Amino acid sequence: MYSVEELRKMANTIRYDTLKAIHVVGSGHPGGCLSATDILTVLYFHTLRIDPKNPKWPDRDRFLLSKGHAAPALFAALAHRGYFDIHELLHVRLHDGRLQATPNLTIPGGDSVSGSLGQNLSIGVGYALAARLDHKDYRTFVMLGDGELEEGQNWEALMSAPAFRLGNLIGILDNNHVQMCGTVNEIMPCGSMADKFRAFGWQVVEVDGHDIAALIRVFDALPNRPEGAPTMIIADTVKGKGVSFMEGKAAWHGGAPDDEQMKQIETELGGGTL
Amino acid sequence: MIANRIAYGETLIELARERDDILILDADACKSTGTLQVCRQVPERFIQCGIAEQNMMGIAAGLAMAGKVPFVATFAVFTCMRAVEQVRNAICYANVNVKIAGTHAGLETGGDGGTHQATEDIAIMRSLANMTVVVPATPNATRKLTRAVAQRPGPCYIRMGKDPQPELYAPEEDFPIGGSRQLRDGRDLTLVACGNMVWRSLEAAKMLETHGVSARVLDLYSIKPIDRDAIVRAATETGGLISVEDHNIYGGLGGAVAEVLTELAPARLVRMGLQDVFGRSGNPDKLYEMFHLTPEDIVSTALNRFPKA
Repeated sequence: MYSVEELRKMANTIRYDTLKAIHVVGSGHPGGCLSATDILTVLYFHTLRIDPKNPKWPDRDRFLLSKGHAAPALFAALAHRGYFDIHELLHVRLHDGRLQATPNLTIPGGDSVSGSLGQNLSIGVGYALAARLDHKDYRTFVMLGDGELEEGQNWEALMSAPAFRLGNLIGILDNNHVQMCGTVNEIMPCGSMADKFRAFGWQVVEVDGHDIAALIRVFDALPNRPEGAPTMIIADTVKGKGVSFMEGKAAWHGGAPDDEQMKQIETELGGGTL
Repeated sequence: MIANRIAYGETLIELARERDDILILDADACKSTGTLQVCRQVPERFIQCGIAEQNMMGIAAGLAMAGKVPFVATFAVFTCMRAVEQVRNAICYANVNVKIAGTHAGLETGGDGGTHQATEDIAIMRSLANMTVVVPATPNATRKLTRAVAQRPGPCYIRMGKDPQPELYAPEEDFPIGGSRQLRDGRDLTLVACGNMVWRSLEAAKMLETHGVSARVLDLYSIKPIDRDAIVRAATETGGLISVEDHNIYGGLGGAVAEVLTELAPARLVRMGLQDVFGRSGNPDKLYEMFHLTPEDIVSTALNRFPKA
C-alpha cells in the first residue's frame, strides 16, 4: 500500500518520464497524458487488482484507455508497476519498439485496442458482460476523454451499460475541458455531462482528478456487484496538468517539448527515471 | 427450401449447446437474420444490443478479449459499413475471435431497396487484415461453414442473402476454409460463382451444354483465403473464366479471382455482377433480370464473350 505522498511522487515521475519520451521521440500528446496521470497512478498503484508477473491473469481487473492518445502515460504507469522496462518508453511511436502510439493487446498489461476515439466503452461493456457470464468478480474500468464524448458510439454504449445492469463496469471521465482545436465549450458545448449520464441510468460520482487522496476515497468506495447501475466517475482535470506552460492549452494536445522546454519541465517536475 | 440464414441460426443453436463459449449478439434484427430461434431456444446465450451496430461490434470485441466466441449478425450493409471502423480496429486490428454474419446481402433484399442491399461487403471485408471471408451457396454449405468459422481463430465474415436457396450439396460434404467445390467439370470455360449465383451458374452450364459449350462450375465459397489452385486450374485447363456474384464487380469475387489470375495464370476473365450501380426496390426475380444476373444472362455472356468456346 502506497501513501498519498508516495503516489504523488509516482505521478510526478510518470509525468516526467512521459514528457521525456515524447521529447526524445519527437511526437505525442502531452496535454491528455498529463490530465490523466494522477488517475492512472491511483488506479495502477492502489486500486486495480492486477499482477504484473501474470498480465493475462483471468481474474485481473481490466483497464481500457479509450482516449488512446494518452498511451505514453499509461505505458509509463505500466512500466513503473513492473510490466516492462521503463526504457522501452523511449521507443514509443517508433518502428523499433513494441509500444505503439496507442494501446493494444500485444503489450504486457494491454487489455484493449484504442486510438480511434469512442470505442472502448463498448468493449468495456463486453468485458463486464463476460465477467458476469463467467461468475467472475473482476471489474472493468474505462477511461474516456470529454472531447471524445462527441463520438456517437459512446452514447450507444452509455445507453447499453445500465440496460445490462453492469454494476461491475466503471467509467472514468478525464474531464480536462480541452480538445485538439480548442476547448470543449468552443467546439461542442453541450451542458452537464453528469445530468446526461444520470439520465441514462449511471450512478455518477464527481471528484477532483488531481486530488490523490480524493481519488483514493472515490475508488475505495466503488461497489463491486455483478448487477446494478454502472458507475461513472467524472474527474475534473486540467489538460497539461503539472507543467505551467502546458496547462489548459489546446496547443499542447499534440506536440513535443523542445530542449529548452524540457529543461523547464525538469525544473517544475523535479525529474524522473528517464 | 430454406434460406441460408435459417440454417445459420439452426447451427448456432447446436453450437451454443455444444460449447460454453459461444454467444449470439443481435442489433434488433433477429427476426430477419435467422437468430430469433437462438433467442428463443438458448436465451442465456443471446445478447440483445439494440439498434446500435457500432456498440454491438465493440461489445463483441470485449467479449472475445475475455475469451468468448461471439457471433454477431445483422444486415450485411450495417456489418460492413455502419460499423466498419469498429470491425477494423476493435476486431481485426485487435485480431480477436469475433464471427460476423451479414445477411440480406445483394439484390435478394428486394423490396427494402438499394439502401439495404449490400453490394460492397465482400470487397470491404476482404480488405481488412486478419479477416476471413466466406460466402455459402446453400443451407448445407452454410451449416458446415458456420461450424468452420466457429473453429477458426480470429475474425471471420459469413455472407448470406435473404431468400431460400436450392440445396446442391449432401449434408456430409465438407467445406474447408480456403477450398472450393467443383460442381461440374468442363473444358471450354469456367463459371466461378459464390452464394446465390452458384445455382444460377449451374443452370447456365446445363443450358450451355445444349449450345455445345462445356462449362466448368466452381463454387468459390471461400473468398479469403481463396482457392488459388482451383482458379489456376480453371485458367490453364479451360478457355477462360466468368465470375458471377450478387455484388459490385469491383473488389468482390471477380476482383479476388482477377488478382489470382494476374499473378499466377493470366487468362480471360469476364466479371458479371452489379456493373458499378446500386440496386433498387423490386421483386428479386425482376431485379436479377434488370441487372442481368439470371442463368440466361450467364449463357448469353458466355456465348458472346467467349465465341470460340
